[in-house]
Amino acid sequence: MTQKLIIIGAGMATGRALEHLLDSNADFDITLFNAEPRGNYNRIMLSPVLSGDKTYPEIETHTDAWYTENNITCRFGERIAAIDRTAKTVTAENGEVLPYDKLLFGTGSNPFMIPLPGHDLEGVIAYRDLEDTQRMMDLGAGNRCVVIGGGLLGLEAAAGMAARGVDVTVVHIMPHLMERQLDEAAGYLLRKALVDKGITVKCAANSKEILGQDGHVRALLLDDGTELPCDLLVMAVGIRPNVKLAQEAGLAVGKGIHVDDQMVTSDADVLAVGECVEHNGAIFGLVAPLYDQAKVAAATLLGQPAQFVQKELSTKLKVTGCDLFSAGDFAEGEGREDIVFRDPARGVYRRLVIKDNVIVGAVMYGDTADSNWFFGLIRDKTDIADMRDTLIFGPAYQGGSAADPLLAVAALPRDAEICGCNGICKGQIEDAIAAGATDLGAVRSVTKASGSCGTCTGLVEQVLAVTLGDDFVVPAAAGICGCTDMTHEDVRRMIKSQSLKSMPAVWQACGWKTSCGCHVCRPALNFYLLADWPLEYQDDPQSRFINERKHANIQKDGTFSVVPRMWGGITTPDELRAIADAADKFAVPTVKVTGGQRIDLLGVKGEDLPAIWKDLNDAGMVSGHAYSKGLRTVKTCVGTDHCRFGTQDSTGLGIKLEKTLWGSWTPHKLKLAVSGCPRNCAEATCKDIGVVCVDSGYQISIGGAAGMDVRETALIAQVPTEDEVIDVIKAITQSYRENAKYLDRIYKWMGKVGLDWIRDQTVDDLDNRAALVARFEVSQSIYRADPWAAHVTQKSESYQPLADLSLEAAE
Amino acid sequence: MSHWIDIAALDSIPQRGARLVKTRHGCVAVFRTGTDEVYALDNACPHKNGPLAEGIVHGSAVTCPLHNWVISLETGQVQGADEGQVATYPARIESGRVLLDAARLQHRAVA
Repeated sequence: MTQKLIIIGAGMATGRALEHLLDSNADFDITLFNAEPRGNYNRIMLSPVLSGDKTYPEIETHTDAWYTENNITCRFGERIAAIDRTAKTVTAENGEVLPYDKLLFGTGSNPFMIPLPGHDLEGVIAYRDLEDTQRMMDLGAGNRCVVIGGGLLGLEAAAGMAARGVDVTVVHIMPHLMERQLDEAAGYLLRKALVDKGITVKCAANSKEILGQDGHVRALLLDDGTELPCDLLVMAVGIRPNVKLAQEAGLAVGKGIHVDDQMVTSDADVLAVGECVEHNGAIFGLVAPLYDQAKVAAATLLGQPAQFVQKELSTKLKVTGCDLFSAGDFAEGEGREDIVFRDPARGVYRRLVIKDNVIVGAVMYGDTADSNWFFGLIRDKTDIADMRDTLIFGPAYQGGSAADPLLAVAALPRDAEICGCNGICKGQIEDAIAAGATDLGAVRSVTKASGSCGTCTGLVEQVLAVTLGDDFVVPAAAGICGCTDMTHEDVRRMIKSQSLKSMPAVWQACGWKTSCGCHVCRPALNFYLLADWPLEYQDDPQSRFINERKHANIQKDGTFSVVPRMWGGITTPDELRAIADAADKFAVPTVKVTGGQRIDLLGVKGEDLPAIWKDLNDAGMVSGHAYSKGLRTVKTCVGTDHCRFGTQDSTGLGIKLEKTLWGSWTPHKLKLAVSGCPRNCAEATCKDIGVVCVDSGYQISIGGAAGMDVRETALIAQVPTEDEVIDVIKAITQSYRENAKYLDRIYKWMGKVGLDWIRDQTVDDLDNRAALVARFEVSQSIYRADPWAAHVTQKSESYQPLADLSLEAAE
Repeated sequence: MSHWIDIAALDSIPQRGARLVKTRHGCVAVFRTGTDEVYALDNACPHKNGPLAEGIVHGSAVTCPLHNWVISLETGQVQGADEGQVATYPARIESGRVLLDAARLQHRAVA
């Protein structure tokens, strides 16, 4: 008979329990309540969302479609008001009473808010859910934030906001950071790395009071009298199991909801999993034991035997550039010995704590490549007496075991844990591969390995490589070029998170293998740097392709083409006369009308460029940027000025758009068009960004192309006013500049991040739109200028030969 | 016999860049690397005569702006899978000035 199962809380533990239940085709009628107005997402990935490395859709683990498909009744945004265990019913917030056969608690935890005076002021938040993350993301560059708590969560919050340009101060009550996971030396290295990221760190600091103004947080006052001004205050000092509902229902509760080894509470029909439980006196905050609990709870519900056993845990910090690992117990004590290795030049620190020839604890900072190996030694209580002398150097230095990572993986036993979050062993991955999962995605969907925090992705790929041999090529996440193994995405992340503001800084920090890059990476780096640091970074002409260095298109015979800008495709008799005069004066062999409504003068000699530009400048024309990975043209039709079908002033809007966007550099060329009615004479629907005017406003669509690939644009928004068109397009352009890979047109970028994501960022989220527009304007304060005029006045000489020896008499 | 002639100040060539010297038999590109070495090569890629002076200079090589052939500034040899050779000429720096060997430039006309 179908049993009614009610689950309270859609978090990572109950989400995993659901998956186990569904996998075994259990006969349950499931109703899922969640106080958050959404389903299950990967909460541990909120930090990468905060730092901008991931987006919410990427961390959503169960979509609405998934719940529907599996016949789960979802009641998101609803709390449970009461539970009657005698009648076996729950009462929803709206008064509805639902019967259950089994009840599963997954109420999670509440962030602990220190009851300082002022803790209830507006702008004092915890770091717990998507709303908190969004608050932090919305703060905006240049604002100030204080984070109370120098533990895992507090530091991830601090680093994420610092990566977004927020001025962050971390206040920690203990003498060093992450004291529960790190010793003092590693805490110091971590602190140094954070300070290098521009974060202020105050340790051994006691908070006294939160000061406010007009009900909003203004500053944090320390007990030594220091005032730390802030616009947002984040408390990340720990969590408390959320036991209120369980307590009211009369379940046995201590620090958390008491459960036995089968995850059953003091009521045989009520189970609990996750951060809300207490098991043998312990409560849980890391994901690995929660997944174990979920598995046991599902088995118990299915009437199968299973037992939850607490295991050794390890910790990694998800902050780019701070590689740290800690596991076990590393306090000093009787009979304990240390092996320490330091390499100050590389910022590497490793410490092993050994007792009776067994490693009981390990702390690693700066180079955590061997952390899995050490963790295995701790967990298995391996006797290390024989390798003691070389132990600290890692597996590569143990006799026989070679430095080849594949050999090391091949040597792992079947029960070696590969994915710590999900407790997946090598053997399970091998079985999945044997059953037909032959790539990373398949292994991930079958076993969940590498599906949570993702740090073991490389290891899973190596297991695939070892198991499949030549049939599997480890997808060398294609490096930018031969100078680096890092991908474009990696490098962009490094530039942002490490505040790399010059090319040598990138080469150093990312370990470039060449002295100064090559023709592939340098133009990309130059773009990334100027897009991310418009005010600090100085554009490097020597890292640009010739077209952008000389602001003209090189032709096959080494001559150039010159295209003056015609705003929105509109010109005048005077401009046409000046163009004709220039063509005559410089003996331009070909004059052609372009597809973007401009006039192209082809065949101009390199040394004549400054002179022809000067003539065109004098007639009031500027560079048309027909050569740039940047704003090219805004093509228009005549709209309401002349056309009997026109619905809006498409020409006027095109000119406004071009005047606001011109000069901006983008990952690839950017072409726009504005059509005055859906007849679309300006061909707006095959442009990177197109606007089609309709009676009620303006339809903005993006991602068109008419080159090697032909694409129709996709509608992103319809807006009522010209001003809003301009803002949305500026925001799209800026988001494209900040996020796309160099040489990806908008349609390729859209293929990677999705139209919905772009719409969220630039249309729906008004604050984010405004922030993007503001950043675009900051950049345009530098780049909205005519490069021709600058070269005529400052660089004219460089277009001439260095010397002319052709006139010297032959000897 | 060498006959060094003064061409220009080193600073008139941008780092990782090049300038042209006109001769009676075509243009010679004078390159300056990121570490301030100078090299002189014919300004024509062996592939389709691309103007090497307009290329991106990296290490001691230049990438032709037309089709990305990479040419060693030291030897004039085309690098990688492509094949070919560009003529090179002696060049050096003395007291911040770039000098070329006129005798060799002259010889070029004869060759």
